Amino acid sequence: MSILAKKKKREGAEIPTSSMADIAFLLLIFFLVTTTIDVDTGIGMTLPPEPDETTPPPPVSDRNMLKILINAQGQVLLEDLPSSVSMIRQEVMIHVQNNGADLRYSDSPSKAVVSIKTDRLTPYNLYIQTLDEVWMAYFEIWDIEARSLGYPSYIEYRSDLESGLENEIREKWPAQVSLAEPDPGN
Amino acid sequence: MAHFTKKSKAKPEISTASLPDIIFMLLIFFMVTTVLREQEVQVRTILPEAEALTKIEQKRYVSYVWMGPEKLPANRVGDTKVQIDDAVIEDLTNIRSIMYRKLSEQPRLIVSLRVDEESEMGVVTDVQGELRKAGTLRISYSSRRDISNI
Repeated sequence: MSILAKKKKREGAEIPTSSMADIAFLLLIFFLVTTTIDVDTGIGMTLPPEPDETTPPPPVSDRNMLKILINAQGQVLLEDLPSSVSMIRQEVMIHVQNNGADLRYSDSPSKAVVSIKTDRLTPYNLYIQTLDEVWMAYFEIWDIEARSLGYPSYIEYRSDLESGLENEIREKWPAQVSLAEPDPGN
Repeated sequence: MAHFTKKSKAKPEISTASLPDIIFMLLIFFMVTTVLREQEVQVRTILPEAEALTKIEQKRYVSYVWMGPEKLPANRVGDTKVQIDDAVIEDLTNIRSIMYRKLSEQPRLIVSLRVDEESEMGVVTDVQGELRKAGTLRISYSSRRDISNI
């Protein structure tokens, strides 16, 4: 027993921990270099579900539908009248906020639909610009509503919203953007 | 000289004993946030600019679909192709089964469409048709922030 105890004492085996920080530093630098903290930004959409043959699509009366048509040459047709991309935002806002006042525009915000139809050869860039204008129109409407509720902007309102609660602004002014099947093109 | 003797008496030293712990903490943070496997994109995707952007915070819900002209050697570009994960999809009807499988693994899947700004709507519509058939209805048109208007 005495021999064994003596031997153990003499070795005094210990792992040196002074280089631990250096090893951790090396690993840290490796992960620092390889990490990419980029958030994907984009225009969110929800596609309509695959149409069922047995059930026809819900009828939308002509006045509730704001038709935007973009052809292969990049020309914009707004409610069958030649127009431009920069006109869309104003027109969508008038359409959604109409509340049945003007016969050419929507009955109520909940019924208002914006329909975007493209050609197969329409430039994608123009489609995104159009979609952007439509969404910006809704954002402006939501901003106005948020300001009337005492928030500086809609983004403030949404970040203040508790997770369980309904988003009342979006409930009141629902964004209904429909993407129509494109023409086969020529 | 009196000052020097005073200094040696005080022994102001920062304790480095907790340094490894701090470093480890940082290390673990970066290990968790790192996505090691980045796909090599074989098509050119210059994203369009937009204003009405929303952020996708949950990266694990996102699946990317790249669309754009195929990158060729010597900075040339070819025909418009669709890429999902590592593979260029030649037959677009395959997208349905790929997306259906992804959706069953992640029910809250968001498909981020990274489309080159010079593409035409035809290919985008075809892919969207397949996504609708697969039932992956949450999509996002990936775009850059428009800097000129701010």
